[in-house]
Amino acid sequence: MQKIGVFVCWCGSNIAATVDVRKLVEAAKHEPGVVYAADYQYMCSASGQQLIKDAVANYGLTGVVVCSCSPRMHEATFRKAAQSAGLNPYMLEIANIREHCSWIHKDVESATEKAVILMRAAVAKVNLNVSLTAGKSAVVKRALVIGGGIAGIQSALDIAEAGYNVDIVEKKPTIGGKMAQLDKTFPTLDCAACILTPKMVEAASDERIRIYSYSEVESVSGFVGNFTVKIRKKSRFVEEDLCTGCGLCAEKCPSRKTGNEFNLGMDKRGAVYIPFAQAVPKLAVIDPAACLHFKTGKCGLCAKNCQAKAINFDKKDEIVEEKYGAIVVATGFNPIDPSPFGELGYSRYPDVITSLELERIMNAAGPTGGVLLRPSDKAHPKKIVFVQCVGSRGLRGCDKPYCSKICCMYTAKHAMLIREKYPDTEVSVFYIDVRTPGKNFDEFYRRAVEQYGVHYIKGQVGKVAENAGKLVVHGSDLIMNEQVEIEADLVVLAVAIEPDESARKLATMLTASMDTNDFFTEAHPKLRPVESPTAGVFLSGVCQGPKDIPETVSQASAAAAKVVGLLSKDQLTCNPCVAHSDELLCNGCSACEKVCPYGAITYQDKEVNDHGKREVRRLAFVNEAVCQGCGACTVACPSGAMDLKGFTNRQIMAEVDAICR
Amino acid sequence: MKYDYYPGCTLKTKAKELDRCLRASAEALGIQLEELPEWQCCGGVYTTARDEIATKLSAVRALSAARDSTGTLVTVCAGCHNVLKRVNDDVKNDDYFNQRVNNYLLPEKPYLGETRVVHFLELLRDEVGFDEIKKRVVNPIGKKIAPYYGCLLLRPSSVMAFDDPENPTVLEKFVECIGGTPVVSPMRNECCGAYTTVSDPSAAAEYSGKIVDSCVKNGANLIITACPLCQYNLVKRDGRLPVVYFTELLAEALGVKE
Repeated sequence: MQKIGVFVCWCGSNIAATVDVRKLVEAAKHEPGVVYAADYQYMCSASGQQLIKDAVANYGLTGVVVCSCSPRMHEATFRKAAQSAGLNPYMLEIANIREHCSWIHKDVESATEKAVILMRAAVAKVNLNVSLTAGKSAVVKRALVIGGGIAGIQSALDIAEAGYNVDIVEKKPTIGGKMAQLDKTFPTLDCAACILTPKMVEAASDERIRIYSYSEVESVSGFVGNFTVKIRKKSRFVEEDLCTGCGLCAEKCPSRKTGNEFNLGMDKRGAVYIPFAQAVPKLAVIDPAACLHFKTGKCGLCAKNCQAKAINFDKKDEIVEEKYGAIVVATGFNPIDPSPFGELGYSRYPDVITSLELERIMNAAGPTGGVLLRPSDKAHPKKIVFVQCVGSRGLRGCDKPYCSKICCMYTAKHAMLIREKYPDTEVSVFYIDVRTPGKNFDEFYRRAVEQYGVHYIKGQVGKVAENAGKLVVHGSDLIMNEQVEIEADLVVLAVAIEPDESARKLATMLTASMDTNDFFTEAHPKLRPVESPTAGVFLSGVCQGPKDIPETVSQASAAAAKVVGLLSKDQLTCNPCVAHSDELLCNGCSACEKVCPYGAITYQDKEVNDHGKREVRRLAFVNEAVCQGCGACTVACPSGAMDLKGFTNRQIMAEVDAICR
Repeated sequence: MKYDYYPGCTLKTKAKELDRCLRASAEALGIQLEELPEWQCCGGVYTTARDEIATKLSAVRALSAARDSTGTLVTVCAGCHNVLKRVNDDVKNDDYFNQRVNNYLLPEKPYLGETRVVHFLELLRDEVGFDEIKKRVVNPIGKKIAPYYGCLLLRPSSVMAFDDPENPTVLEKFVECIGGTPVVSPMRNECCGAYTTVSDPSAAAEYSGKIVDSCVKNGANLIITACPLCQYNLVKRDGRLPVVYFTELLAEALGVKE
């Protein structure tokens, strides 16, 4: 029989305001096995933990139940306290009476009743708990960074600087991400390429960093410290070790119909191309969908002209398998397509463009060589209207509910740069709110208004229409309380940003959680903002939520620090709550093997002694280093042979019985 | 093809041509329209007050009568269509409204929104087909015609489900099938000023003026509409272009106008 102590936490008023903690303590005293029960204002504090340690010593407790917040918050804290008092840490269980009870109920009486039931279940479980010993697993001293934008590059550089090997997997032919497409960056207006490309080169030349460009993560298995990742190196149809990046092939390619992705389709590229002049790695890539050789079997001009003999039309995708101790997700974002917002006419009028398109037009390496010319007739626009919050902060089906965070600042930047370079241009900005919290951000916005005379109009745009060949923006001016119509030569939409489409697939592979907007969820929104709830997976950049460049870089470095902390350990403590199979009950049916998501179960023929009867049977074996303790096999096993340590079938049934009592 | 038909009050007074030409065209196209016996005013304007039922009861009566007849109620006045379709949507999707309306009317069989409300233009597009109409045109209308939708046919788009509210095309396709050249005005889905024409004619004149202005600038010589109030405002408050009902042109094209 266990001697159990029950400790009820008030969590200040978080629990005590809704749950009658005294009543809960009284109820605990009558539970089987309970020899001691007490309550305290903050059980997680040093004095609260001391209360547990003292009770273990004074009452000879063999098991502990703490009625408090979620085990995700403080299970580790309390288990450590129990351990320091001489108990096996797995003899302690948490009854979650905060998230599962006090926070979600209002009525004290029924909340208390529920808290009592949750406490009973935990006590019933502890009565059947046994000591468990955690094993150790080795840490692979290499990190993987998924995504080669500024977030991924910064994380990789920092990990490498700490002395660890790191691989970047980037699905595009070059690293650099969105930042490479930008012209200037707020609030200091440095040229994006000037500050990014040195980092790209640094990443490429660092011997600890390996770049898998034009590659995608195919599958992920394993666990923290020991992930196995398959990477698909997509075929460029160009031998990477031969190509010199001279660009002659791209010059000679006769196919000129494909939109250049780097310039958002505003100019054309060849079927064989180098994404942009500062691409890293600077290698040509053939787009087979556009290539005449792939379509007709003829042409081959690129191969004929290549001095290095690097073109190889028969090159196939390659799969490489690597082991990693930690994974950083840095998959970034994309601007949304504003076509569904029919009132804004993006798909009808060529002179309605997105901010990223404007960014390319303003860029010296862009389709117009940095001269502000509108797409329809390549004329200088004299009147420009910006529309903010397109697709952000909305409730319609095609809207995003969140603020995209970066648009207010880059719109102020665009407006300012245009007024600076072309002072005869009239610039208006429609906005809902101007949100500029950030160092030197509001000052920047005020400069746009006060110094550069940008006309800010508080109100939304209801329609962009063409009238007799001129674009007219219909909107409301809430401060003047009137409807306004402004003629425009160019309309720029500050569209919402959304996580890259690869993120959801990747989240499934990593068993990392996401929110309803497909942003990766952090382990704790305040205290663990760069870690995913999945151990060993870290978050960097916009994949976790909208961010500007300074914030992205800070988070990337923070994620790198977490990775370095993990990789600096030689061994990690394993979770002892793993499955095991009772060989006398196992009938070798393979049901468990089929449901195991981690590939932890194998079958072996083994001689067993079944009550004196000796025979060779096919039996399930669990690889404890691979098992994550999910429990799927225990449910699937028809003969009841599979059981999960720490969550045995008997324990679960005892909890259910206690709840139903 | 037999349907119940709801003309509405205005079609018996100011917009007789809308009604007469619709009936003539329907007959020529083999569509049998039975005027709903003892129909009442649709309510005129859909009330957005959540607790309002009184002004919606007559619409429910019409919908319920159509349910017990052919099951499809054809409308043509944009105002009536908007009210009937939205009230039908309320009955179907708002349990509270549904319950109160049925408690009030106490019909033999509770009305649960079973009737399909179809605008005559939708009927032409989806059940007759513009290609079929094109074959029957005897007098192609060789004019530059600006379709004008107004608000009531298109919005709220989730309920009306008539066409893309920002970039509608059904009237343009209609114009093409009767041999006209559609002139697309960006103002074709804007409000004409509606009932402000009574309380503040200058406001209606401002709104209608912008619409007609845009049609003139884009080179139209005629505007078509499905709404008697729009027709009134565009002619009475502006008047630079003739404004006719789409059924008038249809009847003319089919050779059944006189």
